[in-house]
Amino acid sequence: MKRIVHFGMFTALALIFSYVESLIPISLGIPGVKLGLANLVIVLVLDRMEVGQVYLLAVTRILLAGFLFSNLSSILYSLAGSLLSVTVMYFLNRTEKFSIVGVSVAGGVAHNVGQLVVAMTVLETLQLRYYLPVLIVAGIVTGLLIGVIASEMLVRIRRGNER
Amino acid sequence: MKRNDWKLIGGILLIAVVFLIGFRSFEKREPGKIRVTVEGTVFGEYSLEESQDIPIGKGNVLVIRDGKADMIDATCPDRLCVEQKPISKVGESLVCLPHQVIVTVMDGENRDTDALAK
Repeated sequence: MKRIVHFGMFTALALIFSYVESLIPISLGIPGVKLGLANLVIVLVLDRMEVGQVYLLAVTRILLAGFLFSNLSSILYSLAGSLLSVTVMYFLNRTEKFSIVGVSVAGGVAHNVGQLVVAMTVLETLQLRYYLPVLIVAGIVTGLLIGVIASEMLVRIRRGNER
Repeated sequence: MKRNDWKLIGGILLIAVVFLIGFRSFEKREPGKIRVTVEGTVFGEYSLEESQDIPIGKGNVLVIRDGKADMIDATCPDRLCVEQKPISKVGESLVCLPHQVIVTVMDGENRDTDALAK
């Protein structure tokens, strides 16, 4: 029961992050480059939930956010990016060789690469490959940002739990 | 554990650089041509030397001026394609995902079968 409540909370949180992000009019002009604020939630729960639940959270969030704030085709790309991202992060996390920052970076990069690959498949063109370097760097940057935030948050949460 | 993180980031960065160099080293120096595809099929090819206005399908307008191609109008909700900077170098592209429009500067040869007549 507690798990269901937590799941609902985290999903709602991720949804709100998505919404807030959609309000920010910043764009690099390259499709698929976003802050990935909702990934903060994914990164935070990675250790606490079974991987199946994490996938479910990601998918639920994307579907809800997509129907509420966005359009059908972007849902497809987000799903592709997120599924790859969660997979990569899960395996990297299991090895216990990287901190949450590294995991988040890998997740960010995987997210962007996944979106690019799906875009190339849907549009049936290889020309989009030229975006790869930029998207990888963007993934590193956003992954770093989210990873650092998550890591700082966890430190403070743990301190709070010790009282 | 943070040390491994740097190795990971460095490794990924290296991969990105490898791709960058790999892609750039296949450029040709000829007057540019652009190819426009809509929903996977070739819509048309145009020389960058000629200034022209090109309306595309459901709601995109492309212009060629000063050897560069730029999307100046679109009816899609996010208009990301309009925000993208004008393109002129091989490999650069303008993309409108909702309308499935891609404008790319072509390589010298047609190495990719990236358009199929359906």
